Amino acid sequence: MTDTLDEAKYAETHEWARLDDNGHVVVGISDYAQEQLGDVVYVELPDVDQQVDAGAEAGAVESVKAASDIYAPVSGIVVAVNTSLDDTPELVNQDPYGDGWFFAIEPDSTDELADLMDAAEYSEFCESE
Amino acid sequence: MNDPTLRRTPLFDTHLAAGAKMAGFAGWAMPIRYGSQIDEHHAVRNHAGMFDVSHMTIVDIEGTSTLEFLQHLVANDAGKLKSAGGGLYGVLLNEAGGIIDDVIVYRRDRGYRVVSNAATRDAVMDWYKGRADRFDAVLVEREDVAMIAVQGPEAIARFVDATGLSEVAELKRFHALDVPHKAATWMIARTGYTGEDGIEVMLPARGAPWLWCELAQAGVVAAGLGARDTLRLEAGLNLYGQDMDETTTPLESNLGWTVAFEPADRDFIGRTALEAQRTNGVGNKLTGIALEDRGVMRHGMKVITEAGEGEVRSGIFSPTLGYSIGLARVPRAATGEVGILIRGRERRGRIVRPPFVAKKR
Repeated sequence: MTDTLDEAKYAETHEWARLDDNGHVVVGISDYAQEQLGDVVYVELPDVDQQVDAGAEAGAVESVKAASDIYAPVSGIVVAVNTSLDDTPELVNQDPYGDGWFFAIEPDSTDELADLMDAAEYSEFCESE
Repeated sequence: MNDPTLRRTPLFDTHLAAGAKMAGFAGWAMPIRYGSQIDEHHAVRNHAGMFDVSHMTIVDIEGTSTLEFLQHLVANDAGKLKSAGGGLYGVLLNEAGGIIDDVIVYRRDRGYRVVSNAATRDAVMDWYKGRADRFDAVLVEREDVAMIAVQGPEAIARFVDATGLSEVAELKRFHALDVPHKAATWMIARTGYTGEDGIEVMLPARGAPWLWCELAQAGVVAAGLGARDTLRLEAGLNLYGQDMDETTTPLESNLGWTVAFEPADRDFIGRTALEAQRTNGVGNKLTGIALEDRGVMRHGMKVITEAGEGEVRSGIFSPTLGYSIGLARVPRAATGEVGILIRGRERRGRIVRPPFVAKKR
């Protein structure tokens, strides 16, 4: 069974997106995704101040198995990236919803979050994969 | 992983019970990893790990002209094996010098045993059978035999703990021993595919789950094919189908050392083609690349050198070194700094001579 974070929303490409207290959307990959990828060895993050678009590539994650693109779940400006992944990419495996976060977006609007799955829908989606 | 088209090793249920992530590999359902692939890798480098390699092809060959048969088919000279227990690494070639497979040939009290890859099973069996009728050489494929590789600096000690077979400690590198054990004969070879000390144990299929369990209790960590790939690449060992195949010769695959041109009158398949290539020089070579930028090299990526373009054949993130390494086929004159096209961007790397990780001695 895979873990989900109740307060987050999920994309079909296995990113999670959580609205924080500052109105920023924090992004990472799900527990299901990290389990499928295996040990993460390298994360390519977007630049701070970079514009990202919902559904468009915003980075990549390399595991022992393969490279996978990371897609921005919402459109906006990147306001922070998790630089600790440079030296400790294994945080993505160890704590995918916490210390293993990838980047935070100042969203153009929060409407796009409504297009994503909630935790229950995402769990069902993973089981059908 | 209930795909009925995939073959199962005698350890299939053992792997499932251990929660292994299984995948199809060369037509077999095999464990890719049990937990963290990187932890399994380090366990083998630093302590002891075990791999189910029962999918590999084991063929026993007997008959009055078995040696002549092997001397005709294997580019290395099985005649170097002067007594039972000797082992030899070599390649099977086609007439053009292309590699059909890489094998280990063991001389036994009666006849020889040849171990080859799983992915090439049909091609290799057909190749043997198409040539065996000219010799008195009878082939028996040993599908009743399982194989477990125990690898790592503590492999021998843990194996002896588990089985009491202390004679294994005296076994020389690339030598093998037939030992009566558990009412059967086990063949134990001081060989492997990790760059570490260790053994490969060939035993009756029915005994494999028992041995696996005893080794686990002795502290040997189960490791999957994922760790096997990163370990072999760190050790600079080729993978058939990726680093070499029927379109490449041993001279283009960093395996010139496995070809015995002496004695000059030994007529092995591919000899003429290799001699011509040796005279004219090879166009490409297989060499190591260490990535200096961040990222991970993967199979098929383009390599840009001052001598022309090449291609990554095997690429991984090296758990031991902490950066990406690979084997690439590049123009023979290529040397020094190279570029590798990773996901649309050119990254910096340099040509290095494998192995990437030297064995601790």
